[in-house]
Amino acid sequence: MNDTHPPRLGPNGRPVRHFVMPRSLGGRLRVWRHIIYRRVVQVGLLVLFFGTAQWGWNVFGRPLLQGNLSASEVLGAIPMADPFAVLQISLTGVVLNPEVWLGAAIILGVYGLAGGRTWCAWVCPINMVADGAAWLRRRLGVADIFHVSRNLRYSVLVLSLVLSVLMGVAAFEWISPIAILHRELLYGIGMGWVVVLGILLFDLLVLRNGWCGHLCPLGAFYALVGRVALVRVAFDTPSCTHCGDCARVCPEPQVLNLRRASEVGMIASGECTNCGRCITVCPEDTLAFGLRPRIDVPAGGTNQQVHHRRVT
Amino acid sequence: MSSTRRDFLIKSAQAAALAVTGGLVWAYLLKQQANAAAYAIRPPGARMADDFNARCIKCGQCVRACPFDTLRLAHSAETIPIGTPYFVPRDIPCYMCEDIPCMNACPTGALDPGLEDIADARMGQAVIDIENCLSWQGLRCEICHRECPLTDKAITVEHHPRRISRHAMFVPLVHSDACTGCGICEKACPTEVAAIRVVQPELVRGRIGEHYRLGWKNAAGITEDFDAGRAKAGSPAAPTGLDYLNEGEP
Repeated sequence: MNDTHPPRLGPNGRPVRHFVMPRSLGGRLRVWRHIIYRRVVQVGLLVLFFGTAQWGWNVFGRPLLQGNLSASEVLGAIPMADPFAVLQISLTGVVLNPEVWLGAAIILGVYGLAGGRTWCAWVCPINMVADGAAWLRRRLGVADIFHVSRNLRYSVLVLSLVLSVLMGVAAFEWISPIAILHRELLYGIGMGWVVVLGILLFDLLVLRNGWCGHLCPLGAFYALVGRVALVRVAFDTPSCTHCGDCARVCPEPQVLNLRRASEVGMIASGECTNCGRCITVCPEDTLAFGLRPRIDVPAGGTNQQVHHRRVT
Repeated sequence: MSSTRRDFLIKSAQAAALAVTGGLVWAYLLKQQANAAAYAIRPPGARMADDFNARCIKCGQCVRACPFDTLRLAHSAETIPIGTPYFVPRDIPCYMCEDIPCMNACPTGALDPGLEDIADARMGQAVIDIENCLSWQGLRCEICHRECPLTDKAITVEHHPRRISRHAMFVPLVHSDACTGCGICEKACPTEVAAIRVVQPELVRGRIGEHYRLGWKNAAGITEDFDAGRAKAGSPAAPTGLDYLNEGEP
């Protein structure tokens, strides 16, 4: 694989073209389509929770979506629970009942299929705050003032598990800005807006992608799920000119390791949030959503390799 | 070689220091919040504070299940652990539904599904401020006694005779063995600030201790039930507490 960048030709020998925002509204909507879908899902879930909690939405007397993102029940029958919260609670030493374990398994299954940090880009309400901060930061041209390893989030993840054991309460659930914002949107605003403002300012002025990309242990948890998740961004090696437009819009640019992507035919890192930004800005249509087993592995890479890397 | 080892040791020390400082601040926040649990009046079936704090996943399904809108989830910056359900009896008390829907909605068992009879719930404990209770001043009120869902069990009224030419006082008394802490009394109390209020029992209740001997209570067990004809050899069971008179201090 040739990684040097000729001035005009990509490693595939084709000229490097860059993304150009279409002028027509239809073209722009096409570029923005994943952002639109994501906001529909994010806000739609909030509305379903809110309608059930505040307006008593139900189907034949069964509450539609009762609870919140920590734990909920669909139509009074299907339990759902945040697997990370259930893990923390279990580490405090209490024995939870099968219903909540089933709920956690269902959610783990959903994100195992849908792509791990798909939670982050498509469901988490803080994502809208973080995306807003990132957009504003680009517009204002705020320079980076220091560098922090994105692996810090795994330390926070371990810390939240250790503190759950030591303190006897689910450590992250008791301070989680995600849960605070979400609960207060559903059950009335208290001081939740302070959390929103805090993350906005932190991401805008202190650390780029600070909360979601460096600190959040829930994102770290789902990044681990994402290592084996089914839905991935597929990478078509022959068409890529290494123009780098994907990495410029990506909130987790380290996942766009193109050498690695060429080997395995997809963005394999669990830290990819499946937000789809890269897909719509790629001028060569190199990137597209795909299912892990169906993604074509280019010559030189095999599924064996993918599997091997997953395990290590 | 030694310089890379040195770098490694310093980096490790820095990471450890960051984890420990961060962990301590985090643990402090958790401890502060957990301590605040003593001020929360919890839904029926709520387990003891530590167990409840560990189990509650803060999902609000109990809040949604309550038909009287009694329950709330604590906001951030409230004096109650964040996101946990509680109620303010003076605003809306617990009306003690027989089917206990809040408890049944709880997915994690923070509200213990073992509670079968709502009368066995212990959400808190009503206490009377006798300096501000109308009945204890000598007026006829006793509203709490009449409103109490377990009237004559949880709240009784005693007659206290007063000086001649004035009528007796009818004073309410709360009995912790029956009070569920529903707070209907607190809601009903006509004083400007309620003179009967629900609190967590551990904030107000004392404990006698093992060594005191309440002789007149023990007497019943020793003498009235004692049947000489059927008594086995030896003396009847010793009364509880310490026998200072015959045995001295231990």
